Amino acid sequence: MLKVSEVHASYGPVLALRGVSVEVPAGSIVAVLGANGAGKSSMLRAISGLLRPSQGTIEFEGQRIDRLAPERIVQIGISQAPEGRQIFTELTVMENLRLGAYTRNDGKEIKQDLEKVFSYFPVLGERRKQEAGTLSGGEQQMLSIGRALMAKPRLLLLDEPSLGLAPMLVREIFDIIKTVNEQDGITVLLVEQDANMALRVAQYGYVLETGEVALHETAENLRRDESVRRAYLGY
Amino acid sequence: MGEFIQQVATGLATGSIYALLALAVVLIYRSTEVVNFAQGELAMLTTFIAWTFLTRMDYWLAFFLAVLVALFIGALLERVLLRPVEEGPVLNPIIVTLGLFTALNSVVLWRYGGDPKPFPKVPLFEGGPLSVGAVDISRANIGVFCTAVVIMVVLYLFFTYTKVGLAMRATAQNRGASRLMGIRVGQMLTLGWAMSAAVGAVAGMLAAPIVALSTNMMFGLILFAFAAAVLGGLTSPLGAILGGLTLGVVQNLAATYNPTESSIDLAIAFLIIVLVLVIRPTGLLGKRVVRRV
Repeated sequence: MLKVSEVHASYGPVLALRGVSVEVPAGSIVAVLGANGAGKSSMLRAISGLLRPSQGTIEFEGQRIDRLAPERIVQIGISQAPEGRQIFTELTVMENLRLGAYTRNDGKEIKQDLEKVFSYFPVLGERRKQEAGTLSGGEQQMLSIGRALMAKPRLLLLDEPSLGLAPMLVREIFDIIKTVNEQDGITVLLVEQDANMALRVAQYGYVLETGEVALHETAENLRRDESVRRAYLGY
Repeated sequence: MGEFIQQVATGLATGSIYALLALAVVLIYRSTEVVNFAQGELAMLTTFIAWTFLTRMDYWLAFFLAVLVALFIGALLERVLLRPVEEGPVLNPIIVTLGLFTALNSVVLWRYGGDPKPFPKVPLFEGGPLSVGAVDISRANIGVFCTAVVIMVVLYLFFTYTKVGLAMRATAQNRGASRLMGIRVGQMLTLGWAMSAAVGAVAGMLAAPIVALSTNMMFGLILFAFAAAVLGGLTSPLGAILGGLTLGVVQNLAATYNPTESSIDLAIAFLIIVLVLVIRPTGLLGKRVVRRV
């Protein structure tokens, strides 16, 4: 479904990605692991069109998207819950979710999807009129994911959904990621530092180191891999 | 008491002109963090254009045409002058607006000359003053105030209930996230400039009958408008309106009940601003800007 091939990208003089290749098959959950600064978020930014690759290609369902504007990429079915949540803190929960569906014009289905988001995250429904900045960290993360779902994506990009959350909440959010994948058929590309959690839901994993793919394997094999265990799983 | 109410009413009329200009400043500032120093001159230019229209058609047609032209000019300025310098240092766009200030002033002076020109009042409330009890309130002032209120209500409805209005608010808050939502951020910035120029045009047309239409008609007003915007918090449209009205009323009352021989209304108005900013550095309704690095 998504094919990132030999992508290089930089912020000014700083090279963030040096020839990254990642493949995400339709219907799967793929995890990208790696330390801070390994290029995980940069890869997602490149896929969403926020960071233009200097070399390499990104294809989505056979179509090249690495020269498309971010709004086109949302329209063809890729949405992202970005690093640090990036919710609109001064807007209400409801307004944040409406913005998630900004590129859509199918009013009726937007309403259904809204109900679906509220069924995944009931707390968002209860607080729909509240300013998003007043939500707790976990609720903000839910809002960020819910907002990305409102775009009706076929590929969902998630950047560190577990960051700063209590273990119980992390589990809850990963359960929903699994539900979204299994029931709604949404393919998920997941960037995580919490390798444990990520490899539990993903079928396949990549390990990024300083802007390059150091290793890629099935999630099961990665969990067993000695070096991955030492570096990312902590046992 | 009668005079007091009368002076408050007059203050509200001048205040609503400050409020509209301040609103124009805020519309640009909150999405780009650029203070448009040419805001007053832009309003002056569009008021001259309205004056040209007025020689050929009736007031409201000229009014709306001038607003349309202002929308277009605002959009054009953003696209042609501001967009190229946006990525550079913060000071660059500000310098551009300063240059624009001089340029617009010279162009209007060249096209229209330096003599002040008469400009008609809002023809909404004609005739003598309106008597409310013992108080006479000038109908022209009511016209100014009502026009300003209508503009503000329209803007409020636009920002609260339309998709584009919501997208503009989102863009003002977080551009990266807005792009991820599929919002075309560049278009929103253009629209912000366009709307700002249009609101400024209305302010100019309301001010022109009071201060007379001339190239320097905005010099006195724009200073108060900037002050009103700062008083309100620079990022808050509602704050700009409150700031403008407060300033207008305070200034007018200070001039009326001035015990001294010299004019102290300016001093008192600015004293109040300083006091507000000492107590609330972000202005009446401004939010503290948190910079995430």
